[in-house]
Amino acid sequence: MSEKITGIAASSGIAIAKVFVLANPEIVIERKTISDKAGEVERLEKALATSKSELEVIRDNAKVELGADKAAIFDAHLLVLSDPELVGAVKSKIESDSLSAEAALDDVSSMFISMFENMDNDYMKERAADIRDVSKRVISHLLNLQFASPASITEETIVVAEDLTPSDTAQLNRKYVKGFATDIGGRTSHSAIMSRSMEIPAVVGTKTIMEKAEQGVLAIVDGLSGEVILDPTPEELDEYKKKQADFQAQQEEWKKLVNESTKTADGHHVELAANIGNPGDIEGVLNNGGEAVGLYRTEFLYMGRDKLPTEDEQFEAYKAVLEKMEGKPVVIRTLDIGGDKELPYLDLPKEMNPFLGFRAIRLCLEQQDIFRTQLRALLRASSYGQLKVMFPMIATLNEFREAKGILLEEKEKLVAEGTSVSDNIEIGMMVEIPSTAVLADRFAKEVDFFSIGTNDLIQYTMAADRMNERVSYLYQPYNPSILRLINNVITAAHNEGKWAGMCGEMAGDETAIPLLLALGLDEFSMSATSILPARSQLAKLSKEELTKHKETFLNLDTVDEVIDYVKTHLS
Amino acid sequence: MVEKIFKVTSSAGIHARPATSLVNKASQFNSDLDIEYNGRKANLKSIMGVMAMGIQQGAEVKISAQGSDENEAIQAIEETMKSEGLGE
Repeated sequence: MSEKITGIAASSGIAIAKVFVLANPEIVIERKTISDKAGEVERLEKALATSKSELEVIRDNAKVELGADKAAIFDAHLLVLSDPELVGAVKSKIESDSLSAEAALDDVSSMFISMFENMDNDYMKERAADIRDVSKRVISHLLNLQFASPASITEETIVVAEDLTPSDTAQLNRKYVKGFATDIGGRTSHSAIMSRSMEIPAVVGTKTIMEKAEQGVLAIVDGLSGEVILDPTPEELDEYKKKQADFQAQQEEWKKLVNESTKTADGHHVELAANIGNPGDIEGVLNNGGEAVGLYRTEFLYMGRDKLPTEDEQFEAYKAVLEKMEGKPVVIRTLDIGGDKELPYLDLPKEMNPFLGFRAIRLCLEQQDIFRTQLRALLRASSYGQLKVMFPMIATLNEFREAKGILLEEKEKLVAEGTSVSDNIEIGMMVEIPSTAVLADRFAKEVDFFSIGTNDLIQYTMAADRMNERVSYLYQPYNPSILRLINNVITAAHNEGKWAGMCGEMAGDETAIPLLLALGLDEFSMSATSILPARSQLAKLSKEELTKHKETFLNLDTVDEVIDYVKTHLS
Repeated sequence: MVEKIFKVTSSAGIHARPATSLVNKASQFNSDLDIEYNGRKANLKSIMGVMAMGIQQGAEVKISAQGSDENEAIQAIEETMKSEGLGE
């Protein structure tokens, strides 16, 4: 029977496909003695072989989707499967203790897991998870349980999960995954951001989808309204097929704007840029008519691997992005790790408040070898396009000065070594800590540009963890306090003849766009898929008209008043 | 039996990826291959055995091979150590 579940619309579009529940089955192992020892060994061999061929498929998929580098982890998994110490120990346990294959494997792998967990090294501790993964896979086969792996998907599906971790999403094959629905998360959670960059319709924060969705049932994900329909009726199916067709028609309409420049109704140009995570995203940027890259999140280069990327690896990635953008501006943000983005191999201590802790530029200024390597790679790549560098999480002018100083030092060294480095690299900063928005007039004298990171700026201004659903009502982009901070930043930039952009989710938001245009924002950087709708919206707005309303909306009291004001006066 | 001592030069020690290459290489030979470090010994064909040793940069490891193709095996391991930037 059809059932409708409401969540948060995270990525637009309509998907209709069968559900693939991404959950690990509960494993219960009965400890019973067996008599047919040879039969148990044979079952073990068979389960090992099945697991092996499964993992080979996963590895090959991962190689295509993510590159050999990230697929290497599955090579290690495969070796665990054929490890003589492991397999030998399991077999002799079956023989000596008359144990079933699953019980023997569980005993042996538990021993290895606890051995790795007790090692004095975070990296090795994580390997325990690899062994757990692999033995779980084999045990599931022995018990005839379905073992869900995102990389094993080979038909069109809607992936249903509690949440998707970066490594889950990294394994997804775009060809088959048509939509996501998750229990937890909000518009700015990792899975939501990934779904937008993969251009896959998604609904997050449904709270109940895992409980209600069954494997293989037909489902509709409506990423426009934030609804998921399980087992739709024929009428619903027709309705949504029409909605899907309408959405596609609208997309076609927007597509016509791909090669148009972005102009308001009264002829002002603003720059519409895209946020990207890796060089592969550039295709989507160009297909959606992006005029620039407003934010390249370099941390993805550092994630999902076992050591830091080398200078050359980074150089190749930055060069690829700059070249593919063919001289259009590319704003690259230096490493923003910490908070919810961890790098196990850096071995950083756990913190009580990671979002307020040792992260981003704070880490880079202390572990300068990491920072300098990245800066050298960026500088070397600078001669292949129009590079702009920005530093994340700046709180004080001293931090900005120090970071800029290090960049200039590395530049001098490279030039002295005879490496060609562009002379026109703009150096700017993210505005995401309220202290910098308040003091923007001082910062504006020393930076080349500002880029306002609204996700963090809102979270820090409202003191509300954006991952915590119970305080999500405080995530208020249109709160007058936020608008005043943004106004402060833009005004400060313009007074010094600098430009101000925005690379948070707010920049592509339909309600925010008229407000931001009125405040004079120069560059709007957003998910690539938001660019054409934004261009179409901007073409209908008059900057001059909107600017007249600026003082009025900056003096409203509440977020609701602002939303009302946009509807009645600014649309 | 043939033996050879290597000094691990990789800053990350013997981590998953290089360990994978070593074990893969070792598994191609019939001979028994062992790795010895810090007074402990492990089967070089066992990924978990090798990784569990937690070999760090600067470590000296002894690799021994015994069997019909022991000479070829040691030579191949030496090449892998070098090509993976692990040691010399």
